[in-house]
Formats: sequence, structure tokens, C-alpha cells
Amino acid sequence: MSNLPDTPHGTAVPATTEGHSDRSLAVPDRFENPGMPPHAPRRADVDPRAAKRAERQVASLFLLSILGTLGFLVAYFAIDPEARGHVPGIGLMSLYHLALGLTLAISLLGIGFGAVHWAKTLMPGEEIAEERHPQRSDEETRDAAAQILSDGYRGAQLHRRPLLLFTAGGALALFALPLAVQVVGGLGPLPGDRLARTHWRQGTRLMVDPAGTPIRPEHVTQGSVFHVMPEGFVGEEAEHELDADELLVAKGKDSVILVRLNPEDIRSQKELDWGYEGIVAYSKVCTHVGCPVALYEQQTHHLLCPCHQSTFDMTDDCKVIFGPAKRPLPQLRISVDEEGYLQAEGDFEEPVGPSYWERG
Amino acid sequence: MTKLPALRRSPIALVVLLLLGLTMTGTAYAAFKPAAPVNPMEQAANASEEDIETGRKLFLANCASCHGTNAQGNGTAGPSLVGVGAAAVDFQVSTGRMPLAEPGVQAPRNARAVNFSEEEIYQMAAFVHSLGPGPDVPEPEYLDASQGDPANGGKLFRTNCAMCHNSSGSGGALTRGKYAPDLMNVTPAHIYEAMQTGPQSMPVFNDDNITPEEKRDVIAFIKDIEEGGSSYGGHSLGSLGPAGDALFVWTFGIALIIGAAVWLGRKAS
Amino acid sequence: MTTTRVPQGADHLRRHGRTTAGAPPTKPTLPPGVGWADERVGAAKGMRFLLNKVFPDHWSFLLGEIAMYSMIICLITGTFLTFWFVPSMGHTVYDGQYAPLQGVGMSEAYKSTLDISFEIKGGLLIRQLHHWAALLFIVGIALHMARVFFTGAFRKPREINWVIGTVLSLLAVIEGFAGYSLPDDLLSGTGIRAMAGFMQSAPVIGTYMTFMVFGGEFPGELIIPRLYIAHVLLLPALLVGLFTLHIMLVVVHKHTQYPGPGRTNDNVVGFPLLPVYTAKAGGFFFIVFGMTALISAFVAINPVWVFGPYDPTQVTAGSQPDFYMWFSDGALRLLPGWLEFTVFGTTWSFNIFLGSLLLLPLVWTIAGVYPFVEQWITGDKREHHILDRPRNNPVRTAVGVAAISMYTVLALATVNDILAIKLNLSINDITIAFRTLFFVAPVVSFWITKRLCLALQRADRDKVLHGREAGIIMRSAEGRFEEEHEELDPYTRWPLVQYEPIRPLSLTEGPDVNERGVSRRRQMTHRLRRSMSDFYFADRVEPVTPAELAAAHHHGEQEAIEAIEQHSDPVNAIPGEVPHGRHHDDH
Repeated sequence: MSNLPDTPHGTAVPATTEGHSDRSLAVPDRFENPGMPPHAPRRADVDPRAAKRAERQVASLFLLSILGTLGFLVAYFAIDPEARGHVPGIGLMSLYHLALGLTLAISLLGIGFGAVHWAKTLMPGEEIAEERHPQRSDEETRDAAAQILSDGYRGAQLHRRPLLLFTAGGALALFALPLAVQVVGGLGPLPGDRLARTHWRQGTRLMVDPAGTPIRPEHVTQGSVFHVMPEGFVGEEAEHELDADELLVAKGKDSVILVRLNPEDIRSQKELDWGYEGIVAYSKVCTHVGCPVALYEQQTHHLLCPCHQSTFDMTDDCKVIFGPAKRPLPQLRISVDEEGYLQAEGDFEEPVGPSYWERG
Repeated sequence: MTKLPALRRSPIALVVLLLLGLTMTGTAYAAFKPAAPVNPMEQAANASEEDIETGRKLFLANCASCHGTNAQGNGTAGPSLVGVGAAAVDFQVSTGRMPLAEPGVQAPRNARAVNFSEEEIYQMAAFVHSLGPGPDVPEPEYLDASQGDPANGGKLFRTNCAMCHNSSGSGGALTRGKYAPDLMNVTPAHIYEAMQTGPQSMPVFNDDNITPEEKRDVIAFIKDIEEGGSSYGGHSLGSLGPAGDALFVWTFGIALIIGAAVWLGRKAS
Repeated sequence: MTTTRVPQGADHLRRHGRTTAGAPPTKPTLPPGVGWADERVGAAKGMRFLLNKVFPDHWSFLLGEIAMYSMIICLITGTFLTFWFVPSMGHTVYDGQYAPLQGVGMSEAYKSTLDISFEIKGGLLIRQLHHWAALLFIVGIALHMARVFFTGAFRKPREINWVIGTVLSLLAVIEGFAGYSLPDDLLSGTGIRAMAGFMQSAPVIGTYMTFMVFGGEFPGELIIPRLYIAHVLLLPALLVGLFTLHIMLVVVHKHTQYPGPGRTNDNVVGFPLLPVYTAKAGGFFFIVFGMTALISAFVAINPVWVFGPYDPTQVTAGSQPDFYMWFSDGALRLLPGWLEFTVFGTTWSFNIFLGSLLLLPLVWTIAGVYPFVEQWITGDKREHHILDRPRNNPVRTAVGVAAISMYTVLALATVNDILAIKLNLSINDITIAFRTLFFVAPVVSFWITKRLCLALQRADRDKVLHGREAGIIMRSAEGRFEEEHEELDPYTRWPLVQYEPIRPLSLTEGPDVNERGVSRRRQMTHRLRRSMSDFYFADRVEPVTPAELAAAHHHGEQEAIEAIEQHSDPVNAIPGEVPHGRHHDDH
């Protein structure tokens, strides 16, 4: 089967391969391994002064390590932990941190370099060879093992009673199922339609994030951008009233970006209709993997996601014009309430955020 | 064989060279940091007729070719300046963005390209202010970082600014070669004016969106970073987050250790 | 190096010196503690087995040790961190000493990370040590893996250890990702956000999987406690367990070695564990630890207080994961949106799961099965303990470089925004360039690497046949200047001639058609194997044989060079080289 000559590396058995077979018999087909080269002694092997010098160097490195360790202890207790200062080439930093790190490094490097230098200069410098044996066991061992396996199989009567084999196999294959079901079943609730809904409802006011104040249309001047959350899910009050879980989930899918465009620039009638006098609100959750699409370029009206550079055109239904996202950002239908503040006209009409299989 | 080529081929030489190269670029980078602030300007609303007239002359000489002789814009060459306000003029001219040196995707900040005195900029601002109402240069009380609350500024910054300028204010990329610049060593007045006027790609953050007090908080937050308020653990590697860490660990970091490994594996002389 | 033997007197002198310096005159006995242990657990047997183990000296054998020691540093520092870290997403308000966050709402996890950094004495050092060591851990793994691949150390009997190694590297990456996510800062939260997006994109099970992992809707309150237990218990247990197996197999197989004089497939040449490698490997642990401490002292990493607490409505420019996740994140940046489509009311987001849920297993599966594929192609069932020099297996080396180039393109695509601002380029152009490069780079790098390997082998042949340049210029009788060439001694020559070129199946099995020109009936798999074998081994440079060297000497240097220049086939400029297609000339 093998298309290789059956010579292990490094042995001098002549290879019998075509193209070389016509060589004269006097010359071997391959070079021979010349064996270990002569040992070249190191300076410290032959010169007692060099050896003494090496010894001193190693000892000094160990001594340095001891000093480093002591330095760490002194720094730990003596330096003010809040001490900061300018370090050349770095700028301002915690001097306490620097002192601890540096002394620790000295303590460790002293040992490391000392030990290696010791090994290199003073410990035996001549390489030795250890024999290797094939991994495969010898035939006798293999036969013995086979015999034991066979005896065990027959001893358990598996050759005569296959029913035992199948039922034991089945039981072993299934026994972990209750544990798996318990874990998998308990890890989380079923999704239901939760991914398709947000907290926006008819009449929910648009609030500035993070201040939590309502917005009048006249506040939204052309060129400005508002980061918006639904009323009740932003600001100090919401932080106190809502569970951390509820608030985080809301932030994860309700956030909206609000801008005013020149109505003449808007190329989609639907976009215009769903907005208010050119003020349009779009979901801020990227339709790719869900980062906040928050980079609004006010001159080009492009929205850019900083995670994977999906680019959306705000003048054209937030369609994707570059990058890995496929779907446009969902638009939130808005209007103005009696008191003159911007409000939602209901939830988004399609799921916000990343795609998922059953979203359709 | 002489000693020198042998040394040159040594892996240690490679490591030393690598380290040297990296240190040099790091030092060069540090040396190119732009220079620092100027004082805030007087309100353009208080300008005299004389200032406005001088400003008009300066405008005609330096800006009219793009923005039109009556500042109402000149097609694609330059937008109308009616209603942009004094704040926009101060921001654009005293950061060296305007007059535009050459057309490009974005006018770069360039402190060395400011060829006008503070007074001249003020006069141009006063002229533009006279064309139509727009945001005036900020009042000094909103520029005093020491009165701001950096914690609140940080919250506002992360919601409104960090996606473009990076949470450490080190800047970021926009589409098609445009970028959000580094915010270090920008004067409080310019930070304020940028939020208020929305220069170039940047959106406007008017006083209904971010109040003047909140703008001061944002300024306080940025100034805190600039003054090293967030510097504790050592070199920031350009505040690039994991990108800087990766570059460091794949060059300096691993080179230090492999250098030691090479030394360990070599036979002592 | 020289062929003359150096007098061994110096060594004898040293040995002699040692005996006179007072070595114990009597036979040494076991120290009391060891004797005690030996009587109870037979410790002496284990010591005899282990302490004489021989380790070959080479810096590249320490790359795996870098990974091992970094892992140990992570275990030590990580244990410390658990004493203070609170793995909870419960809401709290910061009141610590870092002013720019005072009064800001955040999770317990983030607050406790700030407390470790600012309130615990030396806590920041431990955090930075932990994170730098984690990065070095994965750098070490990557370089070690590359070394093993390019030297063919994965060949029989080490295939199992290669597979264990690939699993370890995958676990290390997941472990890193989990750890990166724990502080709940703006960057790590953005990473978790993307992870939720990946999982949600899986066909059929996506939403169920996401709801299970997050205990409900993203982000919920459970993901950090769950990642925490994975990061500090499940994954470390697996890592340490598999790692122990990895090392045990190294002991069972003994270390591989680079080709060299005296090194054979039946021995391992180096220094014993006691004392030399105890000092070297032990010392190296302290060096790695010390260097990591040095880096941690001077260079900041993951300053979470700069990023701010995670808030799903916020994001920062320059959102990147740590580098080992870059290839996946980069793939997500490059995959075009049209890969997502709707069929029968179901959404298939290939633009997402191709770059994440499929890419990760795919990369590690390809890596894991490579030894078996290569073995199937070569049909080589022998044990290999002498490493290949990468040039001596040009196609394997080129395949490896091509794979690395693809990986690198994906990884660099992750920093397209950083590259855009640092190089003043358009992020759109960079993205499009990377999309192209992903397909072009592997082809180009494959070709260049293969050519380079063949050229290096030719240079080796040249060196063996004509010796090395002595640095002496001689003027011949006709007035021509030539450099003297000095013949290689057998020790220097050996590594250049020791390898066995593998010949393609089409050569060893004979042509694909029989005498009447009819194609032989072969199985599909065998035909595939034949063409793979050609792909790997058709272009090769055979090592110099003693006969060729003798011929070169016989003809003299000048004639040999002329003979080469007159050769008709320019690729086949050196005798012994077999270019692709030559074996077809036979019929």
C-alpha cells in the first residue's frame, strides 16, 4: 500500500527506488547519518574562571529576584494606592500599579533567567540520546490483550445472550436523557412571539435617552438626531421601578433613532406618511446581529452600524446600501399627541433586530 | 565567515530590530500630537457694525469663492451660510477646517492652517451672524469643565457620541473615507460648537436634545479623559481597544518571550 | 563547524574536577521524604521513568510551553479574581473612587470589576496579568500549532495529540470569549449582543437556542452568571483535563526532534529532565510569568471604566472582540447581505450563520482532520519522529500558508474601521478589497510559498554539491574571479540530505492507462487519491545522493555549473529535481 520506501529516517539502509537503481554499487544510494558530532566544550567547562563568573552571574540573578520580592512587599505597604504620576513614554498612570508590577516582574525574571543561565553554563553541556521504541505493542502483548478481551466477552456470555448486549446498550444510551431534559427544559422559556413585539404602543411618547424627557416636533431641528426610548423605559424613575431584567430587555429592542429630514429628500411615500412633517423614527437595532445602528451622517442621511458596517439610507425606508445586513430597519409610525409631544402610533409592524428563522 | 553577518542572521537581531522599530513609531506618534486650546470668544451678537463690515471683507476675500459673494452658497462648491451662526464660523475657521485647502471627503482639523487672528475670526463670525439667526458662540459658563459632571457627561457621551468618536474619544470611521475625529486636545468651545452646529457629517445636538448644562457635562467628561483621568494601568496603546492589544501582543509581547526562548535554546559559548 | 574532533580533555578535566571537589564517595541513597513515598506509592519508579526523559533543545519547542505557562498564570490570577468578582447582572449604582462613573447605574459584575481595579490593592495588576496571559495563551497555542503543522509533527503516532490540541485551541478561544464577556462593559456587552444575533440566525432552532442560553430574551439577567460558571468551572476543567492528556501523550511518544547528525527515528537527543530541563523549563515558567508581569506593569489592557457599563442602546466606535474571535467577526463584516433570503415563510440568514455558527466548527474540523487526510494521500503508515523541514514538504507548507492567509484576511477585516482611520482609507473600499483578497490571497500565497520551498531545496542541493562560500576570492589562470567553495562536512551536510522525498502515486503505481491505452478501472476515491498525490508530490526536489556528489567532484566545479546552464528545461535546472509532468513523458 505504501508508496514510500520502507526505510525509517536516518538509517543507512540503501533505498531501492527507480531512477537511482543504476548507480554503481560502490556508492550508497543515500548518505549515512554521520552520528553525533564531537562535543564542543563551553568556556565554563574548561576555564574555572569562566565557571566562577557564571556562578556569580546566576547568584546575582537570584539575589535580584529576592530584592524584587522584598521591593514588592515594601511597595504594597508603603506606597499610597491612589498615587499616580507621569511616566516617560506612557503618560499618566497609577504609580502603585507600576511599582507592584515592576517588582513582581523583577522577582520572577530573576528566578527565570538565573535558572536558565545556570542550566546553560554550569549544568552538563553534552547532549544525550534516549532510545525510542515503536508505539505498537509486541505481538505477544497484543495476543494476550486480545485473549483477555475475548475471555471477558465470553465470560459475560455476550456471545450467547445478545439480548443482554442490546438491552444494556439501550439503557446506557438513554440513562442521561432525564438529566438532559431537566437542564434543557429549564434553561429558558420558549420564544413565543416575544421577538416580534416591543414595548411601543399606540400613544407611547418618545423620550430622549438617557434624560427621559418628551420631545416636541419643533425640538427636532433638521440635521439633529435623537436617541429615543419609549415612555416608562428610560430615565431615573424607570431605573428604580423596573427589574434590571425588564429594563435591559427593553433597551435591547425598543431603542429608536429619530431625525428630521427635508420632506423633499424622502423618496418613499410610506416613510413620509409614517413620519411627522419629515420627522422619522426607525428602530436602532441592526437587522444584522443587533448592534445599535447609531452613526447618523447628517449630510448623506446614512446610518452606519459600527459593529459590521451595515449602512442604511434614511431617505429611502432605511434600505441597506452597504454591508452584511439584508433587511431595512423597521420604521416606527409616529404622530403628535394633544399636548404637542411626539408619540408612537402603535408597535413596529415587523420584528425588530436580527433575523431569525420563523420571522418569515 | 565574519562575525557581523552571523549576527545579522541571528534571531535575536530580528527581535531587537522589531522592538526598535516599534518603539520608534510609538515615539513618533506621540510627538505628532496636536497643540492645545485658545480662549473662548466673545458673543457675536454684541459685535459692532465695524466688525461686521471687516468680517464681510474677510469673507469676500477668503470664503466667497465657494460660499458665494452673498454667502448663500455656490452649488456643490459650498453650502449657504445663512443661519449657520457664529458658532459654526468659529468652529470651522479656528480649527483650521475652513477655508478648505483642497477638496476631499472631509475637511480635516489642522491647527497649523489657521491663518486668521482671533479677532479676524470673530469679525467673520459676526458677519455670518448678521446674515440670519443661528447659534452664537457659547457663553463661557458652559465651557468650564470644572463645573460639569463628568459622570453624567459620560452617560450622554456613550449614548450620543461614542458610536462615532469611540468611548475613549479616540475617533472612528464613517462611510466612504469620512471619519469622526479624535477628541483629544479640542478646546471646550469647539466641542460645544460642534455639538450645537453639527459640522460636516456630525448631527446637530441642539439645546432641546442636550441642554447647555449637559453639553458642559460632556465637555467635562472629555477633558477628564484628556487629563488622564482614566489612565491607570499603563500605556493606552492609542485607546483602540482590543485592536491595540492584539497588535502589541503579536509584536512586542510575544517577541519578548520568544527572544527569551531563543536564548534558552542556544548553546552557551 | 569542522570535521576535526575537538579534544575531549576539557570535559574529562571537568569530570575529574568534580570528583576531586568532593562527590560522595559512597553510593547515593534516596532522600528521606522520597524513600518514605517510594515505600508507599513506588515513587522511585516514577522518578526513574520521568527524570531521565530527554528533551531536545530548540526555541520552537518552547512555543507550546508559552501556552502552557500562560494557562497556569491564568489559572492562578483567575482564582484570585473570583474572590472579588460578582457574576451578577443585578442593577446597582456606582459609588467608588472612579469619579467619571459615580452615580452611574450598572450591573454588579461591572461594579465589582471596577472595584477590583480601583479598590483592591494590586487588583488592577492581577486583572491585567490575567488578560495579557490569556492573550499570550492563545498566541502561544497558535504559534505552537503552526510549528507542529509546518514540521509535520502531527504524523503518526501523534495524530491523536494533534486532535486533542485542536480541541484545546477551540476551548481556549471559547474560554477567552466567555472571560471577555464577564465584566459587562460596553465592549463585552456588544460581543454578547452579536453572539445572540449569531445564535438567533440558526435555522429552525435559532430562537429556541437563544432563549435557552439567555434564559429568555436578550440580554436578560442570566447570561453573565452562566458564562461565569462556564469560564471558571466547565471550560477550565475541560482545558486542564485535556491538557494533562496532551502532556501525557508527549511523555508516551517522547519529543520529536529536528533532523541533525546523530538524530534518528529511533532516538531522541537532548538534555535530561533532571537537572537541565528542570532548570530550563522551570526557569522558562518564571520568564513567561515575569515578562507577562512586565507587560502588565507598563501596558494597560481592557480598561473597562473607559468603555463604560453595558447598555444595549449604546455602542462605541471600534467595537472589536479580542483577536482570536476576529476571523469570525471579520467574516460577518465581509459576507454580503444577499446571502439572506426567505423560503416558504422561513428566513435563512447565511450572511450571519455562515460566518459564525458554521465557520467556527468548520475551521476546527478542517484543522483536526488534516493529519488523516495527508496520511490517506501519502499512504504512509510509519511512525515519524524526525521533523520535516518545512521546505521539504512544499505543498503542505504552501497549504498551511494559504490557510493562514485566508484566516488573516478574515481577521484583518475585523479591524477595517481602525485601518480606515489609521490609513485614511474608505471603509467601503477596504471591505471590498478584503472580499477580493479572501479568494486571491490563498492562491497567491500558495504559489509563492511552494516556489520558495522548491527554491530553498534547490539552494540546499547547491550547497551540498558545491560547498559553501568560503569568502575567499581566487583569480584563475584566465583572469576570472571566483569565490572559493568549501565542501560541507558530513555533520553540516546531513540535515540537507537526510529527507526522503515522497513520490506521487502516478509514479509509484505507474500510469493511469494500461498497455493498450485504456484507462484502468479504479475507484473514484482512488482516482481522487491519485490526483491529490500528484498535487502534493509531483513537483519536488530530491536530495543529493552520494553518487551525485561524487559526480560533482569528479567533473569539477566549473563543468557542473556549465552542465546546469546547458540543461534544456529551465525549471529542471538542477539534476535530481523532478518537475511536474515529467513522469508523463514515459509514454
